[in-house]
Amino acid sequence: MKSNANTDEKWDLVIESKRKIFDLQLRDVIRYRDLVFLFVKRDFVTQYKQTILGPIWFVINPIFSTIMYTFVFGNLAKIGTDGIPSLLFYYAGTMLWTFFTGCFNDASNVFVNNVGLFGKVYFPRLTVPISNVFGNLMKIGIQFLSLIVFYAYYLLIKAPITPSFWMLAFPLLLLWLSLLATGMGMIISSLTTKYRDLKQLVSFALSLAMYATPVVYPLSQIPKKFAWLNFINPVSAPIELFRIWFYGAGFVSGKMIATSVLITFFVFFIGLIMFNQNERNFIDVV
Amino acid sequence: MSDIVIKAEHLSKLYRLGTINNGTLWKDLQTWTAIKLGKEDPHSKIGEDRFSGDSDHFWALKDISFDINQGDRIGIIGKNGAGKSTLLKILSRVTSPTEGNIKIKGKISSLLEVGTGFNAELTGRENIYLNGAILGMKKRQIDRKLDEIINFSEIEHHIDTPVKRYSSGMYVRLAFAVAAHLDSDILIADEVLAVGDVAFQKKAIGKMNDLSTGQGRTVLFVSHNMGAVKQLCNIGFLMEKGRIKSIQPIKGCIDDYFSSNVLPTTNSIKNFIRSKNCSLRAKIIQFEVITKEGINTGIIRSTEKVTIKLIVESYNDSVITGMQCYISHNEQNMIMLDSGHIKNKTFTLERGIYEMSCEIASIGLYAGNYSLSVGLNIPGKEVVDNIPDAYRFEIPLYDPANAGFNLHIDSSWGIYNPEQDYSCVKKSDLSTEV
Repeated sequence: MKSNANTDEKWDLVIESKRKIFDLQLRDVIRYRDLVFLFVKRDFVTQYKQTILGPIWFVINPIFSTIMYTFVFGNLAKIGTDGIPSLLFYYAGTMLWTFFTGCFNDASNVFVNNVGLFGKVYFPRLTVPISNVFGNLMKIGIQFLSLIVFYAYYLLIKAPITPSFWMLAFPLLLLWLSLLATGMGMIISSLTTKYRDLKQLVSFALSLAMYATPVVYPLSQIPKKFAWLNFINPVSAPIELFRIWFYGAGFVSGKMIATSVLITFFVFFIGLIMFNQNERNFIDVV
Repeated sequence: MSDIVIKAEHLSKLYRLGTINNGTLWKDLQTWTAIKLGKEDPHSKIGEDRFSGDSDHFWALKDISFDINQGDRIGIIGKNGAGKSTLLKILSRVTSPTEGNIKIKGKISSLLEVGTGFNAELTGRENIYLNGAILGMKKRQIDRKLDEIINFSEIEHHIDTPVKRYSSGMYVRLAFAVAAHLDSDILIADEVLAVGDVAFQKKAIGKMNDLSTGQGRTVLFVSHNMGAVKQLCNIGFLMEKGRIKSIQPIKGCIDDYFSSNVLPTTNSIKNFIRSKNCSLRAKIIQFEVITKEGINTGIIRSTEKVTIKLIVESYNDSVITGMQCYISHNEQNMIMLDSGHIKNKTFTLERGIYEMSCEIASIGLYAGNYSLSVGLNIPGKEVVDNIPDAYRFEIPLYDPANAGFNLHIDSSWGIYNPEQDYSCVKKSDLSTEV
């Protein structure tokens, strides 16, 4: 939406060959907010139509992962959990990591998965990754509720966990992770329209990245030599923070938090710009 | 001039062909660094006609400018590859122009396909909301129009059934119903009417007519169905090879389209596109459609004798082949002439040049525009050569004085006009009683 300087006429829309880098068309996204809601609903409804357990699957998956991790990393490898009960420890890690990868994968497949739709009709493409984030928020919401049940149980039996008021800041962690994941995803999605091999690389890298993130181990267990890996990994800080806030165990330095937040904003911003530049022509190259 | 609602200036669109993956990351980097360093892009095209393109690049639109006024109903016509769809894609913001810009006043909505974004698992009602929102409606607007949409689609009883259980006709009706109830000032439509059964197509065209003429909306419509274009539009854009060749009232535009369309000079036939499965042991190198008025005039009268003559070059000895001609109207084959299939007559060719001909006493089709495909084949065994749409011709109304019924191909009176002769012989007198 802009007015034309050359004449007195007001144009509602100007389609140009190039879009300014910071012209993110966010107003359009707001205008299409109903669509975001409908996309969320569509994804949620279609995923569990004609299944018996429905949304319970959201909880079953992390529980099974937790059991596996407890067995492999807790019992076999004997990696400590900073004294946190292993169910709570692994469940939290899996839940957050799944949320991160969910947002990331959805965002990185936006263009490739929606070629048919994007090729036929215009709507702000940003509505799709946004609705994906909301979908993942619903999933983690359900998982979080089940975590609260376990949490209450462990509090009752006086397990060594100490809640704090920071727990209320949990939504901030989710915002943090979703910005980071979506930002990264948008960068990848903009590149994969042209260079498909990136997709292979990414899915491979992502499965390895879990081990560079304190999902199945606490930060305190990392040898000094590899500490830098977790330091530059922006996903580490929010996951470790969750354990500090909810269980009162673990440690993360202020420097590390600041680095992660900076990387998050930077990545998200770059992702947004790349996505926005790419959405206009991707249909020609995809 | 404040009633211009769409103003396009110097629109061009470049497509890159071929493999985009291979090696282009390197080229992309070269281009990118060159631009950043302020040098000339090493991969840009230099030359006299920069729109000529090369093997890797293709200009789908070449420097197009036009204005469209409020309430204009534009029919965009042209051959495949003329750039019609690209123009619509740019207008509907699916892709962006390489150069130039378009300014638009008012809300624009586009229908490049019906049922975009329909989800098979969702019910009809849910899909109305989803599809409506994708096309740019707010939930409130859909709420208001829901009953109207359901009524129009004629599927009240199944509206809460998942659309995967719908018949294809129901699916299309629902999809069109949503599209037809969009609140927009400018409507862009691409061949969307070519769906559904005949009754629904009529309803759809009626609705489109109502939207455009009745409600004064601006409409841009691309179709190969000239009947629909003529009915819906008042102004035509004739496109050819990425340029707009003429802008004029729709009638003249359609006439231009047909007269500009092919009418090959006979020696250019070697460049014709042949079907892919031809053995090409013999090739049609020339053809002539001979009528009383001359050769390849583009007009064949329904009741007159026509001769189709093929000059065939045979490259092998003993090529056995029959001669084949199809006369079709909008993809629908109307008449099949096949010496092998129908008359059980094939010819054995030796290396050399032959002349084959087929004489038709009268075509007997109604007035309209038709195309002729020619070919050589061994029935059921081999396609030797086949040139689809080799020749376009018009059958003029055979009752120019319009004294009686001037039947046209689109007429609902009948589909075929065979050669007919009537007689009336007086048998006896009426007895006169006083």
